[in-house]
Amino acid sequence: MKTEHSRAEMIKEISGVNPLKCMKCGKCSASCPSYNEMDIKPHQFVSYVINEDIESLVRSKSLWKCLSCFACVERCPRDVKPGKLIDAARQIVVRERGGNYLLADDIPELVDPDTPQQLLVSALRRYRR
Amino acid sequence: MKYSYFPGCTLKNKAVDLDHYARVSAEALGFELEEISEWQCCGGVYPLGTDEIATKLASVRALNDAKEHGQDLVTVCSACHHVIKRVNDDMKNVDDIRTRANNYMKLDEPYEGETTVLHYLEVLRDRVGFDELKKKVVKPLTGKKIGAYYGCLLLRPGKLMAFDDPENPTIMEDFIRALGAEPVIYPYRNECCGGYISLKEEDMSKNMCRKIEESAAGFGADMLITACPLCMYNLNKNNGGNLPVYYFTELLAEALGLKEEVDEQ
Repeated sequence: MKTEHSRAEMIKEISGVNPLKCMKCGKCSASCPSYNEMDIKPHQFVSYVINEDIESLVRSKSLWKCLSCFACVERCPRDVKPGKLIDAARQIVVRERGGNYLLADDIPELVDPDTPQQLLVSALRRYRR
Repeated sequence: MKYSYFPGCTLKNKAVDLDHYARVSAEALGFELEEISEWQCCGGVYPLGTDEIATKLASVRALNDAKEHGQDLVTVCSACHHVIKRVNDDMKNVDDIRTRANNYMKLDEPYEGETTVLHYLEVLRDRVGFDELKKKVVKPLTGKKIGAYYGCLLLRPGKLMAFDDPENPTIMEDFIRALGAEPVIYPYRNECCGGYISLKEEDMSKNMCRKIEESAAGFGADMLITACPLCMYNLNKNNGGNLPVYYFTELLAEALGLKEEVDEQ
């Protein structure tokens, strides 16, 4: 089992983000179209990494609600890129054995005749290793 | 003028219209889209992890192919454009990714981000010119009130995509004006449609698309245009048929008087 410290370091490394730059203005959360659906909001996500509480992050449903729309990344006045932190936490989950959030076998039930290929490749890339 | 063209997976299947209208319009406007041979799917979304290499190689191959042909690389799909443009930036500016990708690829000459990546709309704006486009319009879309739906992928991150002002873009509105129609500017035009979330979280995407459509309709739009097959799917699915959504290339072909020609094919 990896320590919380080493997992926090891993998130910083994968994302390339320095969370200490955050000045807690909340603009990321104010911009986030998924805000209402998130249990840990984007600005809080940054603090969880600073405080090395990674277990809460990897259990958070926010990982699967983030759209990677980059609104938070675009509008952050300190260039912290909360969306990249969320993606790094998602990577920590799906890179573990059995951590995939979407399996190829799930797909037949989720598609309709109009589903574009783009939707499937995008979802598989974000949700699965 | 000849460009290397990366159509992408969806333009060969569910979004063939987006592709066909783009090709015939290009011909009429005096440029050619030469499809990259044996291109591979870009993956749909840019891999955000700084340690991701293998997932970027399909884009590197396409970029290098364009370089070897001495051509700029053009895409029509917003997602392909986003992924390939960002991978190109990695190859130009991130030492670690450039070195590792080149070690793997073993090209005759290393690829270092030399290719210029253009979205079809950028070709219209920066190479053809909207004034020239306007002159070639034979069936102006007079009286149509069109809302441009940008979404996320073309605009953000703004500095890297360098497509337009990410908060107050004008390229699609200028395009609409060139076709003789009236652009409708509405607040939600650069908000996300939900993207890939619609696969597992239909309701979330539904909410977002409703807001976009209510916003556009509230400001007087009769229709929306998009460059992205996934935006098209999400908007159509969640719209209840109130506000039709078209690919921007369909309206382009229509204004150039080429739509019937494509539809008969």
